Amino acid sequence: MNGVSRATVTGWLLASPLVVVLAGFLVLPIITIVVVSFWQTTEFAIVPAFSFENYEFLFGSAVTWKVFAATFRYAVITWALTLSIGFTVAYYLAFHIRSQNVQIALFLLCTIPFWTSNIIRMISWIPFLGRNGLANQTLLDWGMIDEPVEWLLYSDFSVILAFVHLYTLFMVVPIFNTMMRIDRKLLEAARDGGASGFQTLVHVILPLTKPGIMIGTIFVLTLVMGDFITVRFMSGSQSANVGRLISNDIGLLQYPSASATAVVLLCTVLIMIAILLRFVNIRKEL
Amino acid sequence: MSKMRYSRRALLKGGAAAMAASALPAPMIWAQEIKDITLRQFGTGVSNLNDVATKVKEDLGFTLEMTALDSDAVTQRAATQPDSFDIADIEYWICKKVWPTGNLQAMDTAKIKNYDKIVGIFKSGKLTPESVIAQGTAPHSVGFVEGPGSTTFSASETGWMTLIPTIYNADTLGIRPDLIGRPISSWTELLNPEFKGKASILDISSIGIMDMAMVCEAMGEVQYADKGNMTKEEIDKTIGIFTEAKKNGQFRAFWKTFDESVNLMASGEVVIQSMWSPAITAVKSRGIPCVYQPLKEGYRSWGGGIGLSAGLSGMALDAAYEYINWYLSGWVGGYLMRQGYYSAVPETSKEFMSADEWGYWFEGKAATGDITSPTGDKLAGAGDLRDGGSFYDRMGHVACWNAVMDENQYMVRKWNEFIAA
Repeated sequence: MNGVSRATVTGWLLASPLVVVLAGFLVLPIITIVVVSFWQTTEFAIVPAFSFENYEFLFGSAVTWKVFAATFRYAVITWALTLSIGFTVAYYLAFHIRSQNVQIALFLLCTIPFWTSNIIRMISWIPFLGRNGLANQTLLDWGMIDEPVEWLLYSDFSVILAFVHLYTLFMVVPIFNTMMRIDRKLLEAARDGGASGFQTLVHVILPLTKPGIMIGTIFVLTLVMGDFITVRFMSGSQSANVGRLISNDIGLLQYPSASATAVVLLCTVLIMIAILLRFVNIRKEL
Repeated sequence: MSKMRYSRRALLKGGAAAMAASALPAPMIWAQEIKDITLRQFGTGVSNLNDVATKVKEDLGFTLEMTALDSDAVTQRAATQPDSFDIADIEYWICKKVWPTGNLQAMDTAKIKNYDKIVGIFKSGKLTPESVIAQGTAPHSVGFVEGPGSTTFSASETGWMTLIPTIYNADTLGIRPDLIGRPISSWTELLNPEFKGKASILDISSIGIMDMAMVCEAMGEVQYADKGNMTKEEIDKTIGIFTEAKKNGQFRAFWKTFDESVNLMASGEVVIQSMWSPAITAVKSRGIPCVYQPLKEGYRSWGGGIGLSAGLSGMALDAAYEYINWYLSGWVGGYLMRQGYYSAVPETSKEFMSADEWGYWFEGKAATGDITSPTGDKLAGAGDLRDGGSFYDRMGHVACWNAVMDENQYMVRKWNEFIAA
């Protein structure tokens, strides 16, 4: 009896620092956001109230739907590209490189771009893709085009390019991690059983890598859905996603409306993740 | 009006006497304690210069901490975090938004030594007695309140100022003459299909809408009663025209910060766009031709000033007044005028500029030698003229002041739609 309660107390004590941190820095701010989303606003002040006005405006505006659609489009395209690149890179690292040292060296090589800031990596694309940028100059010099290609920069192309560049590593790491845990005997067994390389990939490796793919997917989706700065810089402010709607509102002191958008975005992302988690049990991985 | 003036002068005299009486016995204590005072100033990048802080320390002895933010963040901070600053360096249209929160305190003009010399634009609203007051939030219309603690603006001078004007300028379109190759003389050129994919406008709704209005009015598409205070229909029409242009690919990008505008222009991505004067200077100092093109419809103008936090009192408040008086006494004015802005008290700035600089920047005369920026970059050579001419030519052709509209929230929503379109 005494022992049990002691263990319980110890358990609570051990958990409490994390509980306090999460409550203070995660739960409380989210509750505040939810509360403020029901408030009303005037030009320079926010007024406590319980009103659905912000939500009514949000759901009633065609722009909201369009912007959410654009955000999903960015997320899905980025996801598809980062997944195919990330999977290929991880596969190569995990199964084609035999020496562990080379494996580690190549893996570290993948992380080198992460030694500089996100924004800098993104902005460095601008002089490269611009009208008089390196890409256009080179293509002109090679005679492949007669005049500079305009859609390279300040377009959806450049936005997605930047996303893929920024977030592919978030796919590589978890997929590589799960691949390394696959028991090599299974691959031998598949081969002995007469499976071709492709069949092994589809029927053995892919199912076993699902948890890694899922973790990578969650990373990429949440990062892209929540982004605002990449879209702003790479589209030259010409495209919008949900993050930019929120940041515009904040800039214009429309906190309640920004909160309402944030709550809707949060719910959307949570629902997406809940659906994803039904497919794969990632706990098995952790 | 004349009665008004008389009473103000009386006030001034009385105030000056009071100040002399209270200031004279004080210097001993003042000298000892002033070094410990720190005033926290924030504002847009244009006037938040570290050189100013250094000079304050040198001339006045106390410390001035500067924080530079963009216009949106400045408004936000002034409206929501009154304890985070002592001095707000804001624009007049921001003042209209922020003043009603009560976060700023009115200033007694009797304590401002150079008050009489402040340019008419900030007092009666008229540059010269014949001037017509432009549309928008003209500085004088939000420059005065009835008295300390009042949150309503007064239509004329009262002796209680909301902001002490510091700098102002007349904005227009910036162009790359080398890439355009023909004269540009109207705001309509921004939407000229000739510049398809090579135009830009700034993505700060309150200023961007004005540039849009200048264009739509020049095109004859929309007639405005007041561009600074549009009706919903006017907003719809204006944004409609630009949304159409955006969908047709007229714009290369929109910019939000100074640096973005410089890079767009310098890289040749854009050949015509909304721009700010020092951005033109920055492009030029890279050796790239760039002109701040005067247009026949006039300029879109803006003005900034410093306001005091409601929380300032005692010694710190005295220091703040000291700082304001120093600000208007000429050194800062000279510094800013050599960047292409105007000082609220031009005559004091003159003493801090060479005759050639004064002639080039203020009088619109041809430079007789090299004109350099305060940091030493060469901006113009002998024989060059300032774009737009003299102070009176430029500030006399203001079509509209930066403003905040009654329908601001509606406009902002429409602006968001424009960006998302």
